[in-house]
Amino acid sequence: MNTPANLKYAKSDEWFDPATGKVGITDYAQNQLSDIVFIEIFVEEGEAIAVGTAIASVESVKASSEIYAPASGKVSAVNKDLPNKPEVINTDPFGSAWMIQLEGATEGDVMDASAYEKHCEERSH
Amino acid sequence: MTYIPTSPKERDEMLKVIGVQALDDLFEDVPEKYRFPKLDLPPALTEMEALLQLSDVANANENVRGDLICFLGAGMYHHYIPSVVDHMLRRGEFYTAYTPYQPEISQGTLQAIFEYQSLMSALTGMDVSNASHYDGATATAEAVSLAYAQFRGKRKKVVMSPSLHPQYRAVVRTYAQGMGVETAGDNESDFGLSNEAFVHQVDENTCLVIVQYPDFFGRVYDYTQFIEACHAKGALVCIVANPTALAMFKTPADMGADIVVGDGQPLGIPMWFGGPSVGFFTTRKSYVHKMAGRLIGETVDNRGQRAYVLTLTAREQHIKRERATSNICTNQGLLALATAIYLSVLGKNGLKQVANLCYQKAHYAASELGKVAGYHVKFTEPFFHEFVLECPKPAAEVNAHLLEHGILGGYDLSQDYPSLTNHMLIAVTEMNSKEDIDALVDVLSEVNHG
Repeated sequence: MNTPANLKYAKSDEWFDPATGKVGITDYAQNQLSDIVFIEIFVEEGEAIAVGTAIASVESVKASSEIYAPASGKVSAVNKDLPNKPEVINTDPFGSAWMIQLEGATEGDVMDASAYEKHCEERSH
Repeated sequence: MTYIPTSPKERDEMLKVIGVQALDDLFEDVPEKYRFPKLDLPPALTEMEALLQLSDVANANENVRGDLICFLGAGMYHHYIPSVVDHMLRRGEFYTAYTPYQPEISQGTLQAIFEYQSLMSALTGMDVSNASHYDGATATAEAVSLAYAQFRGKRKKVVMSPSLHPQYRAVVRTYAQGMGVETAGDNESDFGLSNEAFVHQVDENTCLVIVQYPDFFGRVYDYTQFIEACHAKGALVCIVANPTALAMFKTPADMGADIVVGDGQPLGIPMWFGGPSVGFFTTRKSYVHKMAGRLIGETVDNRGQRAYVLTLTAREQHIKRERATSNICTNQGLLALATAIYLSVLGKNGLKQVANLCYQKAHYAASELGKVAGYHVKFTEPFFHEFVLECPKPAAEVNAHLLEHGILGGYDLSQDYPSLTNHMLIAVTEMNSKEDIDALVDVLSEVNHG
């Protein structure tokens, strides 16, 4: 399991990059979902969103999951390429599989990498 | 697999655990006199007696195969069904199988659905077809669910044509009220019976516009420009199509429709007593992720052999749960198979022949009926196999007279359209001979004079 130290993590398995404002789902989450076949991003550029807003829906061959905003702020960019190649969520969850980018973001209840790793470990038992 | 109920020993153990002595103790709360009340039933019959009695009841029905000449349609049509359809359907592998929850082991069922989907896509011209719905009306309502989900609930209005089947409109209303979607457009007093006048109702809040092709009155329109006008407002357009007619006319896909649905009954399913039937649902690839139900795909297994798989089921409630596009994803497996067999047996040219026979006979009937004094063919637009006939008396009276002569007359339109008193909708199919049509003309002439 990969958990980059520069990111912040929500309990519901989203990551937030304080440096860039980007949001995506974690390596743990993509692994739990298995092969991802579809993503629909609900929010649009310019929209102001609160922590916990459903920003996207991700579907794999066996499950479907809503993705929630780990921080509040104004959506400055939406990854429009992602719906055309949802499989990169499996291969590159922290890189090209970013979903939205926030501007003037305020973090919600997020953890650092080591706390998140512990959180994942607890659930796998 | 043998079903093994509990043994008396196991039963006693279970009773002991829950703390009762005997099975009867579980029914203590039901007053004794209600436990085995005396039912006022006639004495039991032997099989021979029961069969006789049931035959008597069945024979009291008048059917369109021998007893009556049928000119009734309005959504259910009397077509010839090749005997191979029934023969194939009754194979145990298909007849007794339930929906494949362990799908890949049911290759035959998956292939049948795959063939059905392929045929429906070819017929409508659309990219994808799901595995079917209950009937045309519920398939139409599912189109509303798709459109509503496509705009994520932000557009809350559905505009329906006044010439969309009245019962379909009623079903759409039932579904729409639960979603908080308003319906508009089909108010006859505001928009008359024109197929396009209600287009002004389409606005930025409209998620879906629904029209019928041919429409409820049998009229054939090219909706291309109409659809462009709806798209200009950002709304999706659903065409409810008669599958037989699609063999003859421009496809809804060519007109730019986003969703094409309809009732599969004309394709090898008897009229029975008004159902059951099967609803087909097709759409463009771009909406496939919002489509209810399942999609079967063809692939190869790890030995390179052809295999069928459930390619897309995410819309179904067992995955998407409360966020599913629809929670009615049951398909009409057996009847979808009936339509697939029917279409395979007839082939492309066979279906065209059926459509052409319907068209020619209906036009012969309309032209003969138009000559009878007191009768008038209502619309002048091109039509397929149904047309509206204005009668000198209420349709119910005319039909009563026809029935005395062994003729099942047209659908009484005054039930649904206040402006169409004395009007009936006449359907003519390949099952109506020239003699049948001439008989209809003769009897109707009598009604006028009588």
